[in-house]
Amino acid sequence: MKNKLNVKNIFCGVSKKSRSGFINYGIVIVFFIIFQTLSSMGKLTNSLSGQLIPICVYVIMALSLNLVVGISGELSLGHAGFMSVGAFAGVIVATSLQNVIVSGSVRLILALLIGAAVAAVMGVVIGIPVLRLQGDYLAIVTLAFGEIIKNVLNCLYIGSDSHGLHFSMTDSNSLGLDADGVVILNGPMGALGIKKLSTFFSGIILILIVLFIIQNLVNSRAGRAIMAIRDNRIAAEASGLNIIKYKLMAFVTSAAIAGAAGALYALNYSTVVPKKFDFNTSILILVFVVLGGIGNLRGSIIAAAVLTVLPELLRQFQDYRMLVYAIVLILVMLITNNEQAKAFTKRIFRKKAKEEC
Amino acid sequence: MKKLLAAMLTGTMMFSLAACGSDSSSAVSTSTAASTEAASNESTVSASAEDGSLTGTLQLGVIGPLTGGAALYGNSVSNGASIAVDEINALSADFQIELNAQDDEHDAEKSVNAYNTLKDWGAQAIIGCVTTTPCVAVASEANADRMFMLTPSASATSVTEGNDNVFQLCFSDPNQGSASAQYISDNALASKIAVIYNNSDAYSTGIYQTFQSKADEIGLEIVSVTTFTDDTANDFSVQLTEAQNAGAELIFLPIYYTPASLIMQQASSMGYDVELFGVDGMDGILSLEGFDTSLAEGVMLLTPFSADATDDLTVSFVTKYEEAYSETPSQFAADGYDCPYAIYAALTYYAENNGGLDVTDMSYSDLCEILISVFADPDFSCDGVTGLGMTWTASGEVNKAPKAVVIENGAYVGL
Repeated sequence: MKNKLNVKNIFCGVSKKSRSGFINYGIVIVFFIIFQTLSSMGKLTNSLSGQLIPICVYVIMALSLNLVVGISGELSLGHAGFMSVGAFAGVIVATSLQNVIVSGSVRLILALLIGAAVAAVMGVVIGIPVLRLQGDYLAIVTLAFGEIIKNVLNCLYIGSDSHGLHFSMTDSNSLGLDADGVVILNGPMGALGIKKLSTFFSGIILILIVLFIIQNLVNSRAGRAIMAIRDNRIAAEASGLNIIKYKLMAFVTSAAIAGAAGALYALNYSTVVPKKFDFNTSILILVFVVLGGIGNLRGSIIAAAVLTVLPELLRQFQDYRMLVYAIVLILVMLITNNEQAKAFTKRIFRKKAKEEC
Repeated sequence: MKKLLAAMLTGTMMFSLAACGSDSSSAVSTSTAASTEAASNESTVSASAEDGSLTGTLQLGVIGPLTGGAALYGNSVSNGASIAVDEINALSADFQIELNAQDDEHDAEKSVNAYNTLKDWGAQAIIGCVTTTPCVAVASEANADRMFMLTPSASATSVTEGNDNVFQLCFSDPNQGSASAQYISDNALASKIAVIYNNSDAYSTGIYQTFQSKADEIGLEIVSVTTFTDDTANDFSVQLTEAQNAGAELIFLPIYYTPASLIMQQASSMGYDVELFGVDGMDGILSLEGFDTSLAEGVMLLTPFSADATDDLTVSFVTKYEEAYSETPSQFAADGYDCPYAIYAALTYYAENNGGLDVTDMSYSDLCEILISVFADPDFSCDGVTGLGMTWTASGEVNKAPKAVVIENGAYVGL
């Protein structure tokens, strides 16, 4: 009892911002502990345990997009494009190193890092010309970027043999592989025969790292600059802030995180196709962000987790599940934007906060 | 920006609403009817008979796209399968099948979710998946779990490669591509060949690749290869002009019938008189609404099933299907219809040779080993509407004769 009080005192001592940050870590860790115990006790249904890694991936994607939409105030409609780049880069790394590095976890970490790095490079390439624009132009260009990535990957063939990697834009026959070579990326058929490396644990660790990066970025000097630019570009520019630099910082960080999420996603399935990362996936992630509250990290985590599981829970409604899903989205939107509902939750939380301190 | 966001979100909702306009509810009701019937019969089932008979209740899962862009295929398979299950259940009260069809929206992630849902339901074997990419994802999960899978229509080799528990009821892509090249060469249909294929589709690309390798091997001259994607599947004048300029006498079309019908229309309006050769995806072109069937005159295709065949099995299936769903069954429906029968035949075969089999509450891994041993057995064969005397190789590919048909006077005629 005494310990508990002490913990509370510590929480009351630190700033409101970092307390909210700690609660975010706490939610993720509690989520992990609950599901880990349930699954070790065998109480978890197959359906739910199969969704743990996708949940992690979508939570990371929502956090990543929230950095662009919420913190930096730009609209990105091609976030699945970065996910796609990271996914295929990760798959290529993991598959081509299969015989070199035995340890699966080392390969997973390498795949995540390289997936993030390649996506970050794409982020810079897109960001430098586009972030000079204002308003909705970024949305349109990222939308185009997602489509371009999808179509390029649809035409890209990559194989690996003892001589190294082979690339082709025509078909898999023209790769010129040795007899022992494997086709890693087979155009529209995507990557086949991926060895499953992702685990729930690695997904949770990645969420915690991503939370750490974003929360520290937001609470740093750079983060305050990014938000100042979001709130009033002219005032920020007048104060001597380098607008392009700070916007690019948020955008590239977000792209890198999306790349890592993509690699985690791809290494959870035995196959992944470029078509998966289309406009609909980008919008799906945007729905998580908007529903969880733009700029609200905790909201993104919860919205992404709930909305990933929801369609599966609605399977019993058969054909009506899409309809029910849409209705749930509308209701959540209405309720979270209702002034009375907002005031009600605020009252409850304020009471609790008062009792705590 | 808020307005744009609102517009986007409304758009997404419209999409999700539009996606659910399918007609699989009838399939659902039949499967539930079958399950209640099965439940009432369960009490009369005798415990493990030793006389070589097959008894018990088998829980079969079906995975396929019941909504979304590929819903046509998934619904056809699920409808076909539920007709077969009703027929099997009517044969004897001792052996019953419960069917449960789950939607995968033609998406690998959703498909794995559907598979896990079926596992929770207690599925003992899976018919599926209907489309290739989801099937590859589910196959590796099923292989790790030791769950038997019989796919009605996922034709890529990657589905069965390395998965000894996965068998195909349809021709594999290499089979179709090389059989087509062989057929064209053997019958000297043309000396200059053009290919138009969909390079955003795994099925189409897979057949093209094997067609090309076989053509190189046997010395067919391919003068033009052009592609399109799902997004550009409404204008083929560029591809057709290129084929015409290259002097192609025959165009090989390893694509589905919707874009193929457009190609025929445009070739005809260009005045380009060329022979067309298709694969099983072309099946169904004659029942396409608003399509002038005279355009398809003389089109050749390789297909395992034609709804106009006059053998008893096909006639009975087509009549029942038309009665239940008021449409002509496609090749997918036929594949779906054959799947429960193949599994039923395999279990009966095992029961006869091993002094009976009771499948009630049998674990899926035990059932998987039994089914693998039977399907890989060269002496086991079964008949269906997509082929007589089907046998399987241990690697999972089906052996049945491909039928080449030509469209004459608005009907498929065997060659």
